[in-house]
Amino acid sequence: MDLYRFPKTSSWPVGESGNGEPGAGRRAAPRRPPPRYQGAGTWKAAAFPLLFFLIIPVVGLFLYTSPADVIAHAGSPTVRKAVGLSIWTTGVTTVLAVAAGMPVAYLIPRLRRRLRRVLETVIDLPVVLPPAVAGVALLITFGRRGLLGTYLNAAGITISFTPAAVVMAQLFVASPFFVKAASIGFGSVSRELKEAAALDGASGMRIFRHITLPLTAGALTSGAILTWARALGEFGATIIFAGNFPGRTQTMPLAIYLGFEMDLGVALTLSIILVATSFLVMSITRLLMSHAEV
Amino acid sequence: MSNVLKSAAALFLIFSLGLAACSNSPAGSVRQGGASGASGSKAMQAVAHSGQGGEISGEILVFTAASLTAAFQAAGMVFQTNHPEVSVLFNFAGSQTLSRQIAQGAPADVFASADRKQMTAAVSSGRIAADAPVTFAHNRLVVITPASNPGHVSDLSDLTQPGLKIVIAADAVPVGRYTRIFLEKASSMNELGPEYKNQVLANTVSLEENVKAVQSKVVLGEADAGIVYRTDAAAAGDGAVQVIEIPDRLNIEADYPMAVVADSANPPAAAAWVDFVLSPAGQKVLASYGFIPVSKDQ
Repeated sequence: MDLYRFPKTSSWPVGESGNGEPGAGRRAAPRRPPPRYQGAGTWKAAAFPLLFFLIIPVVGLFLYTSPADVIAHAGSPTVRKAVGLSIWTTGVTTVLAVAAGMPVAYLIPRLRRRLRRVLETVIDLPVVLPPAVAGVALLITFGRRGLLGTYLNAAGITISFTPAAVVMAQLFVASPFFVKAASIGFGSVSRELKEAAALDGASGMRIFRHITLPLTAGALTSGAILTWARALGEFGATIIFAGNFPGRTQTMPLAIYLGFEMDLGVALTLSIILVATSFLVMSITRLLMSHAEV
Repeated sequence: MSNVLKSAAALFLIFSLGLAACSNSPAGSVRQGGASGASGSKAMQAVAHSGQGGEISGEILVFTAASLTAAFQAAGMVFQTNHPEVSVLFNFAGSQTLSRQIAQGAPADVFASADRKQMTAAVSSGRIAADAPVTFAHNRLVVITPASNPGHVSDLSDLTQPGLKIVIAADAVPVGRYTRIFLEKASSMNELGPEYKNQVLANTVSLEENVKAVQSKVVLGEADAGIVYRTDAAAAGDGAVQVIEIPDRLNIEADYPMAVVADSANPPAAAAWVDFVLSPAGQKVLASYGFIPVSKDQ
């Protein structure tokens, strides 16, 4: 099981900022059996409580409803609209996060230390902020009377209560996950390798395409998936900034929240779809990536 | 796959939602319409009896509809002046959220709902006695616009102007349900055209999950108009919004029922609170926030 191989996102890279250190790069050793460890039984017993706590509520969701119930509710307009909106908005968000996040992620490991720290903190901020804060901040910035919204409004563009607001809310809270993962990836690419290619006459763009990108594919993919997953679950910023309207701004988490107060069947069905989709996508990606790396 | 497993699963579901205890009601069973048929006067007598005599003290937790926020905070201050030994704590949220929380065992002493439906739901969960709820105030709807009135809304017919951005509450929220009743009345009485409801709903850009969220989006100028209680318009403060009245014949009269929770940890203090809200002093506080007091001999 190499479940936790790719999200190397636990901390920012330090000392791998392209200052000549040979990065870990592609030195992953061929697969070996896991090392022996002592007291395996004790560790397993100690690991059980948290695993149980994490798994049982998800199991509970599935036990609480019957498949017939889920299928019956899956056809309801609320569920269909919410699923459709969630799929396309999170798709757009992920594409935007990758496109706009790539330059930021590429830049960060190359900056001087102090500036890098500042930028890393800026990128981390949306992750640690409560999403409701993000929602209020977006509203007073891009709302009709907001800092920038005033000008947009004058130009005839209103963002709040539209799917664009949903995407912006998701992008704000979720894009840092991609940037973080990708910058760790970029920071770990061996500088010597790139220098060698440059000596050989390769242009910067060619080096990026043929060396950096293949070497960081794992990090970029894992970052994109984390961003997608976070966007899919986004709730607080969306309900405040984008509002709640079926088919327009009511994503799955919003429909679950309002369904919890109105029609528990809808809430449970959407929860199950959300859990199942997330699980499937994560599993498939991990599978694909472990194949690609062997 | 036994009931044990199922109820264990249910417990964990509830647990993971951060709510205490359990309800064995299957999905959706709390959805019940209709009035509770509770006799107000009987409940009032019961309350009056239990509220009298003996010192009251301790803490009570009052689950309160969001539309009562300012009024109940003020009423709480007055109450505590007369009962310094009691501390009144409020949990403000949409009535539908509160009624779910109560059904799932949240430690409430009093439930003050913005409509009968959510009180009935709480009663059918078994935590409130059927004859406990008593109506303590009425409310009406108004249309509000931002102070600058960017949509140029000056009367009810303006709400059908194409392109207007209207924000109302979701159907699950009492004020959202009342809003639809008003729109229905306006269409069927043909005063504003038979298509009035559809036209207004077509201009609706968001279904907010409580009345204060509707108010905030209008105050911030995000929406051109919103439909809220007249008490919210009063609470928004001078100059924050413009108010367009809805005539009585199209309006609704929202009943606010309140009840002591059957398994309250502090029944004497909880009853004293209900008693106070129904007293002339309590009614005066509510009236000062725009609520319509209940008539004495109801």
